[in-house]
Amino acid sequence: MNIPVAERVGSATLRHVEYVGGLTTQFWSALRSLGRTLPLLGNRNRWQAAINQMVAVGVEAIPMVGIMAVCAGFILAMQGASELRRFGAIKFVIDLVTVGFTRELGPLLTAIAVSGRSGSAFSAEIGSMVVTEEVDALRTMAIEPIEFVLAPKYLAALVVLPCLTIVSSACGILAGALFMRISTNMAFDVYFQYAIHAMVLRDVITGLIKSLAFATIIVQVACLEGFRVRGGPDAVGRSATAAVVKSTFLVILADVGFTAMFYITGGH
Amino acid sequence: MPELDGAIEPAISVRDLVVSYNGRRVLDGINLDIARGETMVLLGGSGSGKSTLLRQIIGLERPQEGRVLVRGTNLAEAKPDELKKLRHSIGVAFQNAALFNSMSVEENIALPLREHTKLPESTIRLMTWLKLAVVGLTEFGKLDPQQLSGGMKKRAAVARALALDPDILVFDEPSAGLDPIVAAELDELILGLKRAFDMTVVVVTHEMSSAFRIADRLAMLYKGTLIAVGTKNEFRANPHPRIRQFLDRIPDQISDTAPVERYFERYLEERPV
Repeated sequence: MNIPVAERVGSATLRHVEYVGGLTTQFWSALRSLGRTLPLLGNRNRWQAAINQMVAVGVEAIPMVGIMAVCAGFILAMQGASELRRFGAIKFVIDLVTVGFTRELGPLLTAIAVSGRSGSAFSAEIGSMVVTEEVDALRTMAIEPIEFVLAPKYLAALVVLPCLTIVSSACGILAGALFMRISTNMAFDVYFQYAIHAMVLRDVITGLIKSLAFATIIVQVACLEGFRVRGGPDAVGRSATAAVVKSTFLVILADVGFTAMFYITGGH
Repeated sequence: MPELDGAIEPAISVRDLVVSYNGRRVLDGINLDIARGETMVLLGGSGSGKSTLLRQIIGLERPQEGRVLVRGTNLAEAKPDELKKLRHSIGVAFQNAALFNSMSVEENIALPLREHTKLPESTIRLMTWLKLAVVGLTEFGKLDPQQLSGGMKKRAAVARALALDPDILVFDEPSAGLDPIVAAELDELILGLKRAFDMTVVVVTHEMSSAFRIADRLAMLYKGTLIAVGTKNEFRANPHPRIRQFLDRIPDQISDTAPVERYFERYLEERPV
């Protein structure tokens, strides 16, 4: 009776280990080919592709990331204010929003937006290239698919995610300013003085480090899902779903790890 | 037909090649030499392993046992630089053309040149035009691959395969999905290329008429083994039942009719009158 259960547990474990192994291998080859994507040092075509990706992943995501951050900023300010008002501490809403966004919500919301927008696009693009033998064609032309397809996306995400995180944090803090203006008639310049006072360089830096890690997770998971597509169009669809689900899950998992690490090393 | 000569190294030689997926032997001890300058057609039905053999020859997969030598170099053991050089000498036209949809036809053909040479842009453009001229698509270079017909896509794929002037050209099912006239045009293109550039050509197909039109020699795969290798005349005279079946288009017994008959008998017996 117990043997099939043990067998299933064993094979599931092996599958996960194999997946992580695949992810690690791909990550290393991506790191190695990242150099050839850089401007001046590397291949001009890769840099051009990376710029195109930066536009697609970054510039075109600004409205969505911005609106999401404004909404989340309002939510955070309103929820915080309704509790803090009871203690007559409504001005701590400013700290709540500023610290909350620079440390946590800025990077996390950005990663979730990018994972949904671009993670699915990456895996669908690569998946359909696998199905139509384009990836095979690249290899027969002695062009490494990791370098040609993945590296520009990775470089773009590494550049663009921290930028979007800054945009997101700025929008969130701006939403806090609007809230304070509406609810307590606080002048913007007073709000921003408080906000800058509440902002700590360490929080900003840990937030940006997180966003680099999230960029890595999103690109590597989405591209691995794409490269592993076997079969037809339905497999491409499944890979896009898997890319978003797995990368969002891993982003939150990594966030817990990073936050715990910064919490412990922060001497709280 | 060029004779296989001990002194001349074959363009491609396959030795004791074994490939298995999930314990099923897809290729089982293949030995095959393809001489320089000859056109070798690999024949076989669906699931005979011919696509797997092709993927081995172009170095997309590693053999589990045995070796694949291209111009005397073992693909599985080649250093990255060697492998790169070998890949430049093999042009592959895939079954579904495998053109990059994000680029125009011209850019597709220029891609290998842009990637692997430091030629100035004007030279690349000229070479791209020449390759397009070889396959008769000079007017269509600016179009996207999606805008081409099936036959044109395949010709564009041939142009891209020719981009780095390979000396081995590989075709995967060139006539699949094409009407007979366009398929015949592609056969003529293959013959013309071979005459003009003296290339070694490997074609995987199951179209007998096309195979006999272009081949110098043919090799027939059946269930992972080579059951015959020879010239067209040797092939026509071969008494092997599988080859006769293939040439005469005789179907396999695929459905077991006895249970169906039994079912209907029972159904008729039990039917309420």
